[in-house]
Amino acid sequence: MQSLGIDVLFKGTNAIRLLKGLWVSVEISIISVAISIVLGLVIGVLMTSKNRIMRFVLRAYLEVVRIMPQMVLLFIVYFGTTRVFGINISAELSAIIVFVFWGTAEMGDLVRGSIKSIPRIQYDSAYALGLNKFQVHFFIIFPQTIRRLIPLSINLVTRMIKTTSLVMMIGIVEVLKVAQQIIEANRKASPNAAFGVFVVVFLLYFLVCWPISRFAVKLEKRWT
Amino acid sequence: MDLNVLRSYIPLYNEALLLTLKTGLLGILTAFAIGLSGAAAIYFNVPVVKKVLGIYIELFRNTPLLVQLFFIYFALPKLGLRISAETCGILGLGLIGGAYMIETMRSGLFSIDRVQSESALSLGMTDRQVFFHIILPQAFSVSMPGIMANVIFLLKETSVFSTISLMDLMFTAKDLIGMYAKTIECLFLLVIYYLIMLLPVSILGSIIERRVRYAEFGD
Amino acid sequence: MSELVKVKHLHKEYGRNVVLKDINLSVKKGEVVVIIGPSGCGKSTFLRCLNGLEEIQGGVITVDGLPVEPEKKDISNIRQKIGMVFQSYDLFPHKTVIENAILAPILVQKRIRDDVVREALELLDKVGLADKKDYYPRQLSGGQKQRVAIVRALLMHPDVLLFDEVTAALDPEMVHEVLQTMQELAKTGSTMIIVTHEMAFAKAVADRIVFFDQGEIVEEARDVKKFFEEPETERAKRFLKTFAYE
Repeated sequence: MQSLGIDVLFKGTNAIRLLKGLWVSVEISIISVAISIVLGLVIGVLMTSKNRIMRFVLRAYLEVVRIMPQMVLLFIVYFGTTRVFGINISAELSAIIVFVFWGTAEMGDLVRGSIKSIPRIQYDSAYALGLNKFQVHFFIIFPQTIRRLIPLSINLVTRMIKTTSLVMMIGIVEVLKVAQQIIEANRKASPNAAFGVFVVVFLLYFLVCWPISRFAVKLEKRWT
Repeated sequence: MDLNVLRSYIPLYNEALLLTLKTGLLGILTAFAIGLSGAAAIYFNVPVVKKVLGIYIELFRNTPLLVQLFFIYFALPKLGLRISAETCGILGLGLIGGAYMIETMRSGLFSIDRVQSESALSLGMTDRQVFFHIILPQAFSVSMPGIMANVIFLLKETSVFSTISLMDLMFTAKDLIGMYAKTIECLFLLVIYYLIMLLPVSILGSIIERRVRYAEFGD
Repeated sequence: MSELVKVKHLHKEYGRNVVLKDINLSVKKGEVVVIIGPSGCGKSTFLRCLNGLEEIQGGVITVDGLPVEPEKKDISNIRQKIGMVFQSYDLFPHKTVIENAILAPILVQKRIRDDVVREALELLDKVGLADKKDYYPRQLSGGQKQRVAIVRALLMHPDVLLFDEVTAALDPEMVHEVLQTMQELAKTGSTMIIVTHEMAFAKAVADRIVFFDQGEIVEEARDVKKFFEEPETERAKRFLKTFAYE
């Protein structure tokens, strides 16, 4: 395997460094997803509100998030805030802010969609049985919404893990950056390291994301 | 914000927008071609192809475009396959987009009621005629919102091209910030140019979605 | 008269589940055969076999002397001889009424467009839908859709028409207009094989009744009136009872 450069990974602590880099990506994703889910639940319920202004504002927020590439948002938060407000935000914090900003909107839309997908007859028949408003929402609508929501929000997790690959652009040393460093350091000794190392990074991402998305598909099939 | 700075940057951004659009559209066309032929192959249950497509879809949907581009641009040359940054961007976008497009069009094809193809067959149409005249047009309009969402996703993903030194919008902004430190102006223009590129597509997408959802054929 | 449709020892199964066993039936030109029987008795599957929409595990089906074999290349030629109308959703939603009607004659039979359009308009006029020619299916009522489907099948000049519970999905007030169209067709001498649950209609239109139960032909009656008054078999008697309200 000398010629394909996989051997580089067995030198010193290279393999462990790479995995540590992967953990940085996963860590940022987990923190961002956790916050996004909580905020998304609130935003999602507000998105179904009867207040037109509220709906319009949230719709605009969602559209902005949908249209702007995450990389642009990262640059705005990381470089822009320093210039405008003179505060220095760490790269990690910038990344989490951007992912939460993005994740909350997406999660909110999923929540909105799940609530809207409950047929009217479910409300009607629950009220007809004499349940009050709280009981209808808590015992009838909420459980059904959650079932639709969970597979979809798991997909959001994999999207987020994939998107964390961008944070190397604002200087966070995650798996891709570590990979570049390893390749650079071994440029002379094994000139083909780029092949082996990038294949491994590709597979690492796949091995993290694939089981999660299979799991989401399974849940979706079982629950619908 | 310095208006003179903005004015002097605009030509550079225009050039970058053009390059972004060009590579983006070529990538999307590639993705569309892969999507259509892949979905058709799955629909007709072509034995080996179906398996291969399954692996391809899982691989490319579960890895980031950035990593795919690094692989194509930095790793493949070690095997003797050297391609330009532009081709790499188009190819990468086409491959990741193709995986998403197959899924979108496949679910469109399978959403069409079986009696549609049966009644077309009973009129004496061949499998090919049924596919092109009856199933595909209906599946296409069902898939349209999904296809538009993919197009927006792919146009956004072009921002990753900057990492392989393709002089797109993102690259230009980063470059100018690095050289002259006019951060605010550069980021402002960056946002404006992405809006110019994506807002029309997004609006078109929601119009199409509303059409498909509420009106279908005949209103 | 010549025998148009001939079925000999037809056997059909899904895995281990036998749905049609040893079916023998022949239909002459101009004859109207009505197939009745309880749900799941295999009568719809039988019609689908006649049109090559189902693979069969045994026996022979011929139409106009040609064997119906789903896997063969010329199956589309044979299908042109057989018109079929389904329960519902069989109009093409992306095409207007007239486009639905003329598509196959032009595409499959390569007939001249103007001729086909003229003929289509005549037929639409006969079923009272000439003014709806540019409507899309979703703008029509269920009964109107089924009448268009009949016109579409007729335009192919088939030798025999198959009707698979064409009124089963319709609102009650739409049923009559569709049955009337079919009855007029029967009067003009068309060969028809009809699967239906409408007993009064069956009585009125049939030259022969075929009673299916559990995948086999239990009773065949040329004397239609007698069949409905006192059928020969116990199973037919029991089935007909379910339609009475005493």
